[in-house]
Amino acid sequence: MLLEVRGLKVAYGGINAVKGIDLEVRAGELVALIGANGAGKTTTLKALAGLVAPAGGSVRYDGADVTGTPSFELVRHGLALVPEGRGVFPRLTVAENLAMGAYIRDDKAQIAADCEHAYATFPRLAERRAQLAGTLSGGEQQMLAIARALMCRPRLLLLDEPSMGLAPIVVQKIFETIRTVAREGVTLLLIEQNARLALQTCDRGYVMESGLITLSGEAKALLNNPDVRRAYLGE
Amino acid sequence: MRRFDLEHWGKFLLLAIALVALPFLIDAALGRAWVRIIDIALLFVMLALGLNIVVGFAGLLDLGYIAFFAVGAYSYALLASPHFGVHWPFLALLPIGAMFAAVFGVLLGAPTLKLRGDYLAIVTLGFGEIIRIFMNNLNRPVNITNGPQGITLIDPLQVAGFSLSKTYMLGGLTLAPVHLYYFVFLACALLTIFISLRLENSRIGRAWVAIREDELAASAMGINTRNVKLLAFAMGATFGGVAGGLFASFQGFISPESFALLDSIMVLAMVVLGGIGNVGGVVLGAILLTALPEALRYLGPMQEQWLGRVVVDPSGLRMLMFGLALVLIMLFRPAGLWPSKTRQRELAGLTVQPAASGKHDG
Repeated sequence: MLLEVRGLKVAYGGINAVKGIDLEVRAGELVALIGANGAGKTTTLKALAGLVAPAGGSVRYDGADVTGTPSFELVRHGLALVPEGRGVFPRLTVAENLAMGAYIRDDKAQIAADCEHAYATFPRLAERRAQLAGTLSGGEQQMLAIARALMCRPRLLLLDEPSMGLAPIVVQKIFETIRTVAREGVTLLLIEQNARLALQTCDRGYVMESGLITLSGEAKALLNNPDVRRAYLGE
Repeated sequence: MRRFDLEHWGKFLLLAIALVALPFLIDAALGRAWVRIIDIALLFVMLALGLNIVVGFAGLLDLGYIAFFAVGAYSYALLASPHFGVHWPFLALLPIGAMFAAVFGVLLGAPTLKLRGDYLAIVTLGFGEIIRIFMNNLNRPVNITNGPQGITLIDPLQVAGFSLSKTYMLGGLTLAPVHLYYFVFLACALLTIFISLRLENSRIGRAWVAIREDELAASAMGINTRNVKLLAFAMGATFGGVAGGLFASFQGFISPESFALLDSIMVLAMVVLGGIGNVGGVVLGAILLTALPEALRYLGPMQEQWLGRVVVDPSGLRMLMFGLALVLIMLFRPAGLWPSKTRQRELAGLTVQPAASGKHDG
């Protein structure tokens, strides 16, 4: 078990955004956490990435208790996050963004090799390597954000709404990219509002509703679940 | 490694000779008062570079920066003046002043870690005022700072019996205190420039850039944003503290008046006008903004000569011209006189030439 969450609670002031959830990600898996706006998905992810402190429960990563460990330490252990809204460094070039992704590493030759690998995976980024990240299209920025997160060689990558604000055709491309990354051996946990695409892409899924996980299981089973179909797939 | 060929060394040597000759040339051409102005300009170079670390590199808007200058100046003055009857040697006081300022940098930084932009600016502004008001009022019940009267008769710089307050003769050359201080300040300013340049291209420099651009993303890159921000405050404050100590010894007198909000804003103007984030630009800004207002003093005598009387009071005109210069520069060179690479790119149509290794053309 790469990630094991038990009874996780997160509160902002008096508001309980996450009210005690259990969640598991096995090594090599591609897992989706779906749910409507305000269900607590992003908060969950932030707590897993160490950006907010949980109010209760425990997070185990790679066999060690990492509850409340700050994000900059988790990155060193291979737990990386692609933040919501992409969060590229807008005034730095594509190449500089990628270099920043390798901040915790100091093996120059390997970093350069990984950079070239990123360009091979994302040819669009190679074309724009000297361009400022802020001038890229939304889809390109999302690709850059994923490529940059991969530069720290994560074992578990958390993706916060990779499809947000992107045209449907671009979303397709992003999900292709996600499958490529998964095939390369990176374990992924992504949260999505685009439930259909997320469940079609992933192995397993969790459904979140007002701070609680209401359903979980194989992605295919969830796709056929009448409740999921009604609530999230518009049928 | 960069190749240091003959031409390079030649330029370097020429620059060194120019810098050594500068105070004597200025003395001969414009008079001793201008050597003094150059000395002050060098102090402001150090101050502006210190603030540039906080504002330019790390992107934390600090409106109370002069407080660290004050801390450095007072820690020197209190330990090297008749006020307490303590006269510690300069070489011991310099690191003490730097350390004191660094501690204050962290003290200010710690409570403001979660603040940014306007909010950070307001808090730092308050901090700057608190320090000044403390200096102004710490004369009762126990007289620590001597209040608004300030501290007088501060020891001049003295290293191994060699005092910078005396005039020496070297061959046919007169070495007045302003000349001697020039060389000390020049050495310190050059060291500050060197450290700034090294920091800019270091790992910690990259961490500051990341925080400036997007703090959340920076922490997702594995950067300990708290420590890195505190380090920016501490390093910036250290430069300010050293400059403060030098200032106190140079002037021989300090009072809280020298550390007002306007001075903080002045240093910030040097950074922004010169080119925020660019070491060369900041140095240029500091020298220009120290020298220009002084040059405008000549407007009085000039009016008398040309118009027969003083039509406009030069002191009023100075601030007017100064304000006008600020507005014009910000209108026509919004990234500063000598902008940093990042700003240049941002303002120049956003695309740059593909990197040398770029096989794919964008």
